[in-house]
Amino acid sequence: MTAIRLTINGTQIADDVPARLSLADYLREPRNLTGTHLGCEHGVCGACTILVDGEPVRSCLTLAVACDGCQVRTIEGFGSDPVMTALREAFHRRHGLQCGFCTPAMLITAHDLIRRGRAASETEIRLGLAGNICRCTGYTNIVAAIAEAAVAAAKGPPDAE
Amino acid sequence: MKAPAFDYVRPQSLGEAMALLAKSSGEARLLAGGQSLLALMNLRIAAPALLIDIARLPELAAAVDGVDRVILGAGITHAMIEDTRVPDPSRGLMPRAAASLAYRAIRNRGTIGGSLALADPAAEWPAVFAALDGEITVASPRGRRSLNCAGFSTGIYETQLAEDEILENVRIPKLSPGARWGYVKLARKSGEFANALAVAVADPARRFCRIVLGAANGPPIVLAAASQVLAEGRSDPDRLRGAVAADLDRAADRHFDDFQRHLNIVAAARALQQVTA
Repeated sequence: MTAIRLTINGTQIADDVPARLSLADYLREPRNLTGTHLGCEHGVCGACTILVDGEPVRSCLTLAVACDGCQVRTIEGFGSDPVMTALREAFHRRHGLQCGFCTPAMLITAHDLIRRGRAASETEIRLGLAGNICRCTGYTNIVAAIAEAAVAAAKGPPDAE
Repeated sequence: MKAPAFDYVRPQSLGEAMALLAKSSGEARLLAGGQSLLALMNLRIAAPALLIDIARLPELAAAVDGVDRVILGAGITHAMIEDTRVPDPSRGLMPRAAASLAYRAIRNRGTIGGSLALADPAAEWPAVFAALDGEITVASPRGRRSLNCAGFSTGIYETQLAEDEILENVRIPKLSPGARWGYVKLARKSGEFANALAVAVADPARRFCRIVLGAANGPPIVLAAASQVLAEGRSDPDRLRGAVAADLDRAADRHFDDFQRHLNIVAAARALQQVTA
């Protein structure tokens, strides 16, 4: 076991972890943050995508022990973040999910695309989503939801207008 | 699946990492971004006894913008190149290649040194840095040596790296203002490994023209006849295809089926056309 200290969704945590424990398994089991999903466990499906130090990463291809000193943000950690709020509403309105397995990572990837200004067209959104696999929707409604959220996020919250 | 058990150590300096690697007698692997290694471990294809985490070593994070070349530390990520957060010697070729590599979440952690050291035949950087005539610095307790990127990989997942050596940086000559390049990656899905990969660089001011084929069932192939066509500035598509076909015939150690051979010729011809267009 190795001692690590990290911040998860704003809370500082000190823990001991075995070297082989992935960040995904660490979040899901001892931390009980089960919104992070594991599909393929080799970096292809994208279901485990979370933010480490503000950037999306595959938590199945990241060791918990290597995150000592890092800031981790999972789908549970977005609270009233305005872009995530716009995304949640747009996914709801546009029916951007069916079974929901891919949804947390879809939201996190979409959040990053909007943050980096890479959600300006359908083509750009589809390219940005290539690393997140959905087996239900055929992507059409997910892409539409992200496009809608990108427009809403650019306008800002209604009370700011 | 989950990775088998291993020990983990995070040295604070390159010297400490070299010492740990040297005394591991082949049982250790270096962990940089881990985007291939941890996948191979989760699939139980790789099972090192010790991971030496070099991802945060300051020596491997350095980016130096020199007079005629840029030096990029091995720990620089694909996303840093994509976003031009480090100097770009290639007038847009490297950011273009980086953006085509896997997915953003992979690019945020995966490193150029890891890609070169793993030497996956379908990877982008071995072909790109070979086409740019880059050089690699490797370090060990025995000292440092410099190796050409073209020829650094010696086989599928095989390189010139000795067991105790760490890939420290890549030194890439700067393209002249008038230089042109072509980059064609053929894959069934964006972000997938390439089915065919061609990189062409034409820098007449430096008298340098080179076209390299990646995803070639082995190390990247420098296409000599096609590079000659590129140097002559011709854009006749039939002549380009003929030269690439002749180069493929000369690469007798590679075995391409008809489809792969066709893809290779198409990718190379398109890359050449991008340069001469």
